[in-house]
Amino acid sequence: MTRPAPPRPVPALLAAGLLTAAAACSGGGGGGDGDASTLSSLDYNIAEPQNTATEEMLEACADEAGVTVEREELPRDQLMPRLLQGASQQDLPDLMLIDNPDLPQVAATGALVPLEEAGVTIDGFYPSVLEAGTHDGTLYGIATGVNGLALFYDTEKLDEAGLEPPETWEELRSAAGELTDGDTNGLAFSAIGHEEGTWTFEPFFWSNGAELTQVDSPEAVEALELWQDLVEDGSVSQSAVNWSQADVKDQFVGGRAAMMVNGSWQLPVLDGEDVEYGVVPLPVPEAGTDPATPMGGEVWAVARSGGEREAKAVEVLQCLVDDDNMTEWAELNAYVPGKEGLAGALAEEDPGMAPFVESVPSARSRTAELGADYPSVSSALADAVQAVLAGDATPEEALSQAQESVPAS
Amino acid sequence: MQTRRRSGARSRRLTGAAFLAPLVVYIAVFFGYPLATNAGMSVREYTAASFYTGEAPFVGLANYARLLGDPLFATTLANTALFTAGSLAFQFGIGLALAVFFQRRFPLNGLLRSLLLVPWLLPLVVSGTVWRWIYDQEYGVLNQALLGLSGAVEEATGLAFLGSGIAWLSSTDLALASVTAANVWVGIPFNMVILYGGLQNIPRQLYEAAELDGAGPWQRFRHVTWPLLRPVTAVVLMLGLVYTLKVFDVIMVLTQGGPANASHTLTTWSYQLSFTELDFGAGAAAGNVLILIALAFALVYLRSARTADEGGAR
Repeated sequence: MTRPAPPRPVPALLAAGLLTAAAACSGGGGGGDGDASTLSSLDYNIAEPQNTATEEMLEACADEAGVTVEREELPRDQLMPRLLQGASQQDLPDLMLIDNPDLPQVAATGALVPLEEAGVTIDGFYPSVLEAGTHDGTLYGIATGVNGLALFYDTEKLDEAGLEPPETWEELRSAAGELTDGDTNGLAFSAIGHEEGTWTFEPFFWSNGAELTQVDSPEAVEALELWQDLVEDGSVSQSAVNWSQADVKDQFVGGRAAMMVNGSWQLPVLDGEDVEYGVVPLPVPEAGTDPATPMGGEVWAVARSGGEREAKAVEVLQCLVDDDNMTEWAELNAYVPGKEGLAGALAEEDPGMAPFVESVPSARSRTAELGADYPSVSSALADAVQAVLAGDATPEEALSQAQESVPAS
Repeated sequence: MQTRRRSGARSRRLTGAAFLAPLVVYIAVFFGYPLATNAGMSVREYTAASFYTGEAPFVGLANYARLLGDPLFATTLANTALFTAGSLAFQFGIGLALAVFFQRRFPLNGLLRSLLLVPWLLPLVVSGTVWRWIYDQEYGVLNQALLGLSGAVEEATGLAFLGSGIAWLSSTDLALASVTAANVWVGIPFNMVILYGGLQNIPRQLYEAAELDGAGPWQRFRHVTWPLLRPVTAVVLMLGLVYTLKVFDVIMVLTQGGPANASHTLTTWSYQLSFTELDFGAGAAAGNVLILIALAFALVYLRSARTADEGGAR
């Protein structure tokens, strides 16, 4: 080799640019024709047992409506890009399961069927559950079940320390301090730099009276100060800024955390592990304050396709959220059924679910105030939390910076 | 006679065009189109709804203005520069040192050299995950080793230099350095292999002649190895620059650009704008800034390669 072959830098350097364009190109699946005998469906329930359960429920409901459903499933983070691809070709799946904070983005395109107009009955649902499927006052999505956050505690560790599960912020801080010992942190939560971190922070933020339209209010600052104190006390590891909720669960199961903030879907996971635990509602600023957890969970929505096809899809959706399916889904996933009556029955049957059921009526939709602007505010709020926990900014500074992302109304 | 020659020339031109066509089509479809789309997207207000409605109002340079006005822009730009410069300097320095070292004959040379290739063979997500474990504040092997060392020092001298584990990935001061270090590790084999190849091409006699003239090891490196390795060095650095500018996976696995955006580069920020905040216009604009930077460096390289060629021809 006398002279190296000239490098070809162009292809490599375009890759970064391609990234953003990728969503626009190529498409796939789904049916766009007028044939109403086969419907398409898209969800991200790829883990078992949800995968099989979704398949069976769709099949049964399709039978009832006299159609067949072709189901496609994807990992969670590929769902929105796939929906956007579909949207760009006017070719969305007839039925889709969307994480509720993403719903406004999809609904804002005008591609979804307004469910009440289409004749879907919504009797018995918690108003808060319907709120989470609503965009601009119109219902576009219905949840089979919802989830929320609560405080999990290691029974053994609390007994050893002679502590009761904390109910207020003050109790939380002192209990977390007392439970911190050597390798064990008193508390663990996810403060990761995206929606997962924001949603873990929101119950603290909201229960203190802060609002997403004014993220630099004194109430918001106070909530963030609590998190800051917990980390500065050493009760929560600074690594929380890199932990997902699954990492937090691992810390708890591994005995590295005596308490954790986590969601109901961890209940079946914890039951399979060697750990004695209890669950209580998240501590509130002062005794008697209402808890306010963000409403979690996915909603089924129907794409506009007109005529027979759309009507059949609505029929399938109505069946997916009927009492039997709702109860089955809730038991399988440790979700709270979207209907009040069913949820009450479940809470009596399973005490571990009780704190989650209790939180549903006061649970809040993350997108109620901001709609399609929620993702950018959520991202800014997560950044503010991270800046404070990493010791980079005071809560006031970080939150006033975040406020700049809130659109002026 | 003349017409014949002309038609001969024309058919030659046509043949040439036929050979060129596949390449031109390939570049147009896979690079021209996405580039143009990206440029188009960056001057529009392109949101999630735009995908369905096809309506993306033209906003001129508003997305670029938004980026420039964002305090994060300066941070990510500085991060990109630090990440790239740090990665290149250490990858190249260590790679070169290893390449020179492996030029010597010693037992197990070949085996060791192939073992050093392992980081290159691993998928980046795997390396990233392993580094995440190494860096873990509570039970990562790096902190355990440092704490053990500190304990030993304390026993000997009564002074510990470390009280608790260092927050490699969760401190805004250290995250970028930690991510860069992981990326250096990933890039060393590439540098070593190419530089080693370059070294093999330097005629042995030159070293012997230099030795006869009384040149020591440093002088031999400085006056024989370094100048003869220059063309290879330029290629390695240029390719390294392009690879490093577009690094995405390592950062996403280790810190996702956090904590508090402390380790965002233009690549990860562009991704966040597009796919987390669903502001595709701004994301495309950030991607274009990155392309412009890479393009500028590519032009500098092409220029210097051309002058070097002309110099060599004379």
